[in-house]
Parts: sequence; C-alpha cells; structure tokens
Amino acid sequence: MGQIKLNQVTKSFGDVEVIPPLDLTIEDGEFAVFVGPSGCGKSTLLRMIAGLEDLTSGSVEIDGTDATTTPPAKRGLAMVFQSYALYPHMSVRKNIAFPMRMAGVDQAEQDRRIKAAAEALNLTDYLDRRPGQLSGGQRQRVAIGRAIVREPSAFLFDEPLSNLDAALRVGMRLEICEMHDRLKTTMIYVTHDQVEAMTMADKIVVLQAGVIEQVGSPLELYHKPRNVFVAGFIGSPKMNLISGAEAEKHGARTIGIRPEHIDVTGDSGLWQGVVGVAEHLGSDTFFHIHNTGLAETITVRAPGEVSFDNGDVIHLSPRLDQLHRFDAQGLRIE
Amino acid sequence: MARAVTQRRKIINTAVAWSIGLLIFFPILWTILTSFKTEAQAISDPPVFLAFDWTLENYSVVMERSNYMRFLWNSVIIAGGSTILGIIVAVPAAWSMAFVPSARTKDILLWMLSTKMLPAVGVLYPIYLIFIKLGILDTRTGLVIVLMLMNLPIIVWMLYTYFREIPGEILEAARMDGASLKEEILYVLTPMAVPGIASTLLLNFILAWNEAFWTLNLTAAKAAPLTAFIASYSSPEGLFYAKLSAASTMAIAPILVLGWFSQKQLVSGLTFGAVK
Amino acid sequence: MATQHSRSAARLMMAPAVILLLGWMLVPLIMTLMFSFKKYLPLRGGDLGWIGFDNYVRFVTSSAFWPSVVATLAIVGGVLAITVVFGVLLALLLNQPMWGQGIVRILVIAPFFVMPTVSALVWKNMFMDPVNGLFAHLWKFFGAAPIEWLSQASLQSIVMIVSWQWLPFATLILLTAIQSLDSEQLEAAEMDGAPPLKRFSYIILPHLGRAITVVVLIQTIFLLAVFAEIFVTTGGAFGTRTLTYLIYQRVLESQNVGLGSAGGVYAIILANIVAIFLMRAVGKNLDA
Repeated sequence: MGQIKLNQVTKSFGDVEVIPPLDLTIEDGEFAVFVGPSGCGKSTLLRMIAGLEDLTSGSVEIDGTDATTTPPAKRGLAMVFQSYALYPHMSVRKNIAFPMRMAGVDQAEQDRRIKAAAEALNLTDYLDRRPGQLSGGQRQRVAIGRAIVREPSAFLFDEPLSNLDAALRVGMRLEICEMHDRLKTTMIYVTHDQVEAMTMADKIVVLQAGVIEQVGSPLELYHKPRNVFVAGFIGSPKMNLISGAEAEKHGARTIGIRPEHIDVTGDSGLWQGVVGVAEHLGSDTFFHIHNTGLAETITVRAPGEVSFDNGDVIHLSPRLDQLHRFDAQGLRIE
Repeated sequence: MARAVTQRRKIINTAVAWSIGLLIFFPILWTILTSFKTEAQAISDPPVFLAFDWTLENYSVVMERSNYMRFLWNSVIIAGGSTILGIIVAVPAAWSMAFVPSARTKDILLWMLSTKMLPAVGVLYPIYLIFIKLGILDTRTGLVIVLMLMNLPIIVWMLYTYFREIPGEILEAARMDGASLKEEILYVLTPMAVPGIASTLLLNFILAWNEAFWTLNLTAAKAAPLTAFIASYSSPEGLFYAKLSAASTMAIAPILVLGWFSQKQLVSGLTFGAVK
Repeated sequence: MATQHSRSAARLMMAPAVILLLGWMLVPLIMTLMFSFKKYLPLRGGDLGWIGFDNYVRFVTSSAFWPSVVATLAIVGGVLAITVVFGVLLALLLNQPMWGQGIVRILVIAPFFVMPTVSALVWKNMFMDPVNGLFAHLWKFFGAAPIEWLSQASLQSIVMIVSWQWLPFATLILLTAIQSLDSEQLEAAEMDGAPPLKRFSYIILPHLGRAITVVVLIQTIFLLAVFAEIFVTTGGAFGTRTLTYLIYQRVLESQNVGLGSAGGVYAIILANIVAIFLMRAVGKNLDA
C-alpha cells in the first residue's frame, strides 16, 4: 500500500513562499514524476513527503493516515538521493543492510534480502567493496538496493540519474521502470529532464514556481498541454510557439506546432523560410529555419533522408489538425 | 604540470631546496647533536659537528636533577586534558552549526574566532585574580581550563570545517533508513568524522603543548609544564649547553613527530578554513 | 534537516561552547575595564578608588610607551616582511619538481613545532652567545669581531628568532595556495607568450593575494602577543620591550594593575582593529 495525498500543502522560507497551497494525490502503485525547471520546488515537495523538510501549513497523508509530523524514519518510505548518499565507511553489504539493521530485521532475513537485491542489481561481486571503489552506475545501484530491501510503501527518487553519463542514464532508466513493473510499489521521481518524465511516468506532475501546471499521463501532456508553459516544456525538440498575425488567423493569442507536425515541402507550402543549421541524427533530421516571419526560428523534424543545405529556401506545411491554440492567459483553447 | 622537466632543472631544484631546508632545520639539528656531546665539546672552539664522543650522559643528568618526568607529566596532562575537554564541548556545537545552520551560525562562528584574538596580556590580571580566588593558581586543573578556553574557537572551527565536508544527504539518507538521532550520530556521523576529530586533536595538542604565556604566568613549582622547565634554563646557572640541548630535545621531540603527522591539517586549522 | 525538532536540539548542543566562550571573554574583559579606571596596587594598598582616565593618560605619556610601540612595530613589521617574502619564494621552490620533496617539506616545517621557550633559548645560547655561540665562531672564522647579538642588535635578533618560528607557517599556507592554482591557467599564460617573471606577477601573485592577506593577519595577531621569546632572551631590555611586555611588567612586575589594565585595553583595541580585517577575509569564505 502506498497512497500519498497532499492537502493544501505550502512551504515558505522566511517571507518567500516557494510552494503556494497545493493539492495532489498519488495513487498506490503509481509511478509519478515531478518535472519542472530547476528551482520550481519539485525537490522541496519530495523532501516534504519524505519528512526531511517541514510543511509550513497543510498536511501529508500516507495510506490514509496523517503523517505531517511523523519523523522521516517512521514514514516507511525509501529515498534515493542525487548524490546517492552512500555511507563511505561501510561496505556495499553494510550499506544495503543499514536500514534493516535500524529496523531490527533478523540476520537471516537480512542476508536473504541482500542476496536478492544484489542479484537483481548485479552487485553480487561488489558486496564487500567500499562505495569509493565503485563506478557511478554501481553506486547508483547500491543506493537503489538500500531502498529496495526495506520494502517501503513508496520509493522517492531525487534526480537519481543526473550524475550519470548519457549511456548509463538510458540503461538505468529502463532498470528503474522494470523494477516498478516487478514491485508494483508507488514511486515518486523528481527530475528536470522531460525525456525521463515522458519515458518513465504513469503520471507526470509539471511544476513551475511551486505551482502545478498540469497533471496527467505522458501522452495527455503531449497531445493536450493545458497551457503554453507545459506545451513548451514537454517534447523534444521543443514545440514551436508562434504569436502575432499568424496566431490570430487561427483565433488565438499563441499557436503551437510540434516540429514533427510540420512537413517539409520543396516547392510550395503554407510557410517558407531559409535553412539555418541542420542536425542530422540519422533517423531524423532537425532543421532550424530562419526568416519565416513567424518566430526567430522554426524547428522542423524531418525524416533522416530529407536533405537540405544551409541557405536553401524551403517551404513548410504544418498539419493544421495538430495545431495547439492558446488564449491571452496562455491557456489552451479547445 | 604533466610535462617533462629537464633533468638538470630537477637537480638544481633539489640541491637548492635541500640546502635551504637543511639551513632552516639546522638549529634543531644542532640542538640534537649538542645534546649528545660532553659539556666541554659543546663549547669547544672551533665547534665540532659530528666527530665527538657521543654520550647519553646529559639525558640522565637532566632526568635526575630536574625532576624532568614531573614537568613532562604536567605537559601531557595539561595539553591532553585541555584538548580532550575542548573536543567534548566543541563536537556538539560544531555538529549543530554544520548540519542545522541558522541565520546566525556565521555570526556565532566569527564571534568565537574573535575571542581567540583577545590579547592574553590584556586579561592577565583578572585571570590571575580569579585563579587565586578559586584556589587553582599553579594547578593543572587551572591550566587545563585556560588552555581549553583559549583553543576552543580553533577546535570548533576545525571540527566545523570537517563536518561541513560531510554531505548532508548522507545524514538524511540515514534518517530515511530509519535511524534515530542517536543511531545517526553513532553509526553514520561519528565514523565519518573520526579522521577530522583526530587531526583536530593532534593540532590542538601541539598548540597547547607549546603554549608559553599562560603556562609561564600561571604556574610556579607545582604545575609547571615543559615550557616553564625550559625557561628555567635561561638563568645563568643553567648555562650548560649540552644539558640545555638534552632538555630541549626531550621537550620538542614528541611534538616534532606529532607535528609531521599533522602538517596537512595545520593549514586549514590555523587559517580557519580561509586557505585550503 | 531543517525541521523544528532538530533546530531546538541544535541550540542546546551549541550552548556549552557559547556560554563558556562568552564567560571567558566577558568576565576578564569587564574586570580589566574596571581596573583600568582605578588606582589599583595590590602590594601597596590595594584598591585605592576610581581615578577616571588617569591610567590611560599615564600609560601613553610614560617614557616607556613610545619605545614600546616602536619595538612592537619593528618586530611585527620585520617578521611579517621576512616571512612573507621568503615564504613566497620557498613556496615557489617547494612547488617545483625535485627529489625528496616530502623530506624537505618536513625540514622546513619543523621550527613551527618547537616550543617558543626552546627556540628562544637555543638561539640565545647556542647561536647568539658572544663567546660560545656558533655565530661568534663564524665571525671569528672570517676575522670579524663577534657581535653581542642580544644587546647590540637586540631587535634584529628577536626578529630573526621569531621569523624562524613563523616562516614555516607562511611557507606552508602559501604552498597550499600555490598548489590550488589551476596549472591550465599557467599553461594558458605561457601560450599567450608570458615569460616566467610575468607569469609570476600576473597570475601567481594575484592568486596568492588572499593567502598572503590571511598569513599577514593571523601572524599579526600572534606577533602582537609575542612573549616567551622576549621573556627568555632579553627580559625586555635593550629596546625589546614591546607593548605586550610592557603591560606584563606593569601588571606582574611592578604590580600596578590599574596602569597595566589601561595598557591592556589599548592592546585589546589594537588587536581588534587587526581582527576586523581578518574576520572579513574569513567571513567571505564562509559564504562560498
């Protein structure tokens, strides 16, 4: 069981309110990702759930019971930190055993769980090493192992992959997802990387300046961003946002079109512009188009075989059924 | 710099550095050598460097005549006692400043530092009076207290610097792992802090051992440590070079050894973390 | 971290250290201030009542005052100049590749660990003694008349002894600072065509600026309080009576506590002026 409910939660540091009143429910077994630019309050929110940070007002419920003043040790949650926070003076085995030792789990059970975790995380050969002798990826696994063995009601991840290199990051991302499928335990995951959010989450919570901009499944956010901020934040490369005359033509203050929803056509199209930089990824090519009269740059995602050179004039055809329209407040117009 | 240095350059560097190093070390070397000479050889003209009859006589004479062991014991008790007492008081303070910093932490730290800058001579008489009133003049207890207070700011600062290098996330992890405050301090913080505490202990032991204002002014016959013992040789009747050297060697040898171990901590400890 | 519970625990844990230091600072300070406004002669009548600023006036108008200021400045200034200049040079040297670097470091640092009474006595008797000292032998070897160091060149002698004790401190700190200099910066300067001397004055010296400030400030605090070295060598004679020593004599030797306390207040003010600058340098580092 691991339902987590935030009721009218606020947080202020002195006079600065970093989180205005906020309500949020994360259902049992859900993989929730808090995503937003740095300083949006997503880590603070996670630490408040963990009990590492006091609430200024409001309450936190875990499994239906009020845990607002429960110390972190008693909340039954496990956390994986950005720096991994392994105990440098303990071996991997002792690190993993630590929460069980604190909980008074008997030795045989400890050994059983350590063995299981080590096998699942490919750490069996490293159990007697110190964290200092491990690579970044291995440390990450130890931190996860330490979280798994206490069989928590929910896992909290605070940007756990940001210290890993790109290749490892993709691998670990997959492993955490597989772990979630296997354990079916609630997970709350904080990241600033929208790709991680999109690939891992059941439910994404987009935050900006302490305010929830939108809550929804990855595809909901992709297809129906509630406002301009979410539209610009989710998706890579970014959605093209166009305002001015072209937007008014569609009855909106701002219109948005994703790079993959613009077709490149050689001789004719709705818009035209000059090719600036072309980024060839092999499968796809991103064209950055200038002089369209719409926005500084329009990004277009074309199949890999489409080829234009810097300076070529090209024509663009946006798929109008994929157009997003936003009003003067930046809110979506259906 | 990852670059090949010419052999010649390295030879010159080595020669110059060793010459200067030996020159700086020479007074200590000369003292040690003299301590093994007879009194006549110690003042022979011209001076002898190594070609003398090595003798241990001076050491046994100094030990017998001057009750050296009592001074040594006083030094050990005063330096050790004040340092350990200081650490006991400082650990909780440094811990709380490093891990639960408040808006005033910085001011408190700087204020502590400022007490260290109070010139001792400015408060000599009040301390003297207080000591007489409390009946602790010329006692080891009195000196333990004064040296503890004198070095407390440095001890707090050094520990604070070490503690601050322990990432807060690790303590939070312990809390998430179900450790109580007591368990957190016992199983996680203390093992990680031991190296820092050890070097603080070492450096402050040295500082207390060498302290020569309060130890000279607040002791007479009973509680005098080695600093005062050596100072007693400044009177004319104590002018025996070989014996002076033997006494000096005994007073500085243990500290030289400890000092070499603590040279890394010396910098951050004595500059209050301003130079790393 | 920042929960209410841990906050109040933190305050409690800080209390013993804060209270002890507060007492250590305030009680003697207030007593000194009080004595400084009194005619107070413990052996000649004791407390003879309040006399306002008389002690302060008498202290600075006594014939011993200005010479003591000069002696203090000479010692502090002389030692600072010697230790900083040679400290920088030594640090540069020790930073070069060589054989046995660790051992040379140990040799250079050693004097710092010698207790002040020992170094003063060793220098006084075994080096500066006009008959049996090594310097006397050296002078005679070159056919010169031996110098009576501690009476003829008393201030210089004390500066030399104290410099010998503090040079390791300066060297060690400056060496640490040099080692923290990013070698790519020097390589960049080299690529930009700066010769060694220019690299020193445009890159190394500015990088050392902060460390030098810290060395100067910390040493000043300690040098203002130099005591044992004078106590053991000249006893304050031959123009080596510093402010600290003068106060010490007023209080303990002539037992004029009121007058000595007024001097003590001057010394405290002087030290605090230096301290303010040191705290600024240190405080800046706390924010980082």
